[in-house]
Amino acid sequence: MIWFSLIVLIPLSAVIVKAKSGGWDGYWHTITNPQTWAAIKLTIIQSLLVTLVNVFMGTLIAWVLVRDHFFGKRAVEVVIDIPFALPTIVAGLVLLSLYGPRSPIGVDVAGTQKAVFLALAFVTVPFVARTVQPVLEQLDEEVEEAAMSLGASRLTTFRRVVLPSLAPAIGAGAALSFARAVSEYGSLVLLSGSLAMRTEVASVRILSYIENGNTAAAAAVASTLLMISLAVIVLVDIVQRRIARRD
Amino acid sequence: MTDSRVVRYVLRFVAVAYLFLLVAWPVSLVAKNTFAHGWSSMRTALADPIVTGSLKLTVYVAVVAVIFNLVFGVGISLILVRRRFPGRRALSALIDLPLAVSPVVVGLALVLTYNRRDGWLGTTLEDHGFHVLFANPGIIMATTFVSLPLMIREIVPVLEEIGTDQEQAARSLGANPRQTFLRITLPSIKWAVVYGVVLSLARALGEFGAVKIVAGNIAGRTQTATQVVEQTYQDFQQNTAYATSFILALLAVASIVVVSIIRPKGNT
Repeated sequence: MIWFSLIVLIPLSAVIVKAKSGGWDGYWHTITNPQTWAAIKLTIIQSLLVTLVNVFMGTLIAWVLVRDHFFGKRAVEVVIDIPFALPTIVAGLVLLSLYGPRSPIGVDVAGTQKAVFLALAFVTVPFVARTVQPVLEQLDEEVEEAAMSLGASRLTTFRRVVLPSLAPAIGAGAALSFARAVSEYGSLVLLSGSLAMRTEVASVRILSYIENGNTAAAAAVASTLLMISLAVIVLVDIVQRRIARRD
Repeated sequence: MTDSRVVRYVLRFVAVAYLFLLVAWPVSLVAKNTFAHGWSSMRTALADPIVTGSLKLTVYVAVVAVIFNLVFGVGISLILVRRRFPGRRALSALIDLPLAVSPVVVGLALVLTYNRRDGWLGTTLEDHGFHVLFANPGIIMATTFVSLPLMIREIVPVLEEIGTDQEQAARSLGANPRQTFLRITLPSIKWAVVYGVVLSLARALGEFGAVKIVAGNIAGRTQTATQVVEQTYQDFQQNTAYATSFILALLAVASIVVVSIIRPKGNT
């Protein structure tokens, strides 16, 4: 317990205390600084977009992994987990080599907001797919067959039978991928170029505050991110408890 | 049902194409770029004392962090599952926090706590000649911070599932707590622990943001492999950057493959 507090709790509360040291005015002043505000806005908008894509693609990937059988499925399973284990800076580098200035397919997004989107999409691939997959595995296929034999179309069956049971898992996965996207740093360093007002995300903004020695401002932005993370975790916790109760 | 078969193929194609374009292809390029000129980039990189030094540091830090995670991860999991105390639910939510917090925020938090001027603990520690920031303890702390939840999240569900029947039986037969732990609890969570170790090792090897802030990026001393990738790339030594990345990527992929091989065994 003491260990956990030394490593996790005390440092995190230090951030909050430091953020408060400037008072509400100081906090507000930092957050509403145009460059900071642009960074926070970009982070949140891109994270929402990425999460939306993940909700769709993640569910689709999970479905393919559970219900479909094809050669090389094992390899796909490994590929999904790569973004989770790959160092973020390496993730940035590999994306840059395919979608950067020396791209072999002629797609160059480096230094644009698309690059931010791409990097976030890369690092959040596993979240929705991996939370939906186990739930889908437990789902009884007979219920779907029953629905279809009673005349429901594939789409109706999916919408009315499958989707409601998957919804909590999709929600939890989406929350996790949103939290991860908001906090992403490493993969963006090389890829996005971190141009002020355009491709600079909140994490990068914190870092430049730290490098300028303005830790109070850094703490203000950091505590904003912390609050988002905390909210997401509490949300996931509530959703998971609800699932547990239903079982 | 030709209709459903078409849908099936389309979905399969979309999923595979998405993953290929986003993950598999870019990652494979790192291998291609590394070995574009045969083994020469790799040889140059491995001859560079900064690269080898950073790799050694990275492995050292990762191993130490994983050992910490092993001891405290098992400990915290046992407390979380076996004890009932006020604030238990809050603790279990907080455990996940490092997964959702930006590494930059982690770095900042450690800097604020352990800096030598006005850090809460930093001033005292510095007075005793114990440096946390810009030194190994800081890097280890940052790495432990980000990888601790991976361990706990693997162990907690398994502990919950096995219940306490066997432990109670052992104890009623006269086993002391240590014997109970070593003979009953540990064997049953063995695979979860192995899995947690591999995952947190992978995470520890690749930590970038948090380490960047606490380590101060002193080449040859506190620079980990991920920092070297960034620096060499920005210094236009792209071959070295790719070679170092390749080593890191290889370790990451290897750990996933290991996990996917041992996981089915863990389920039985």
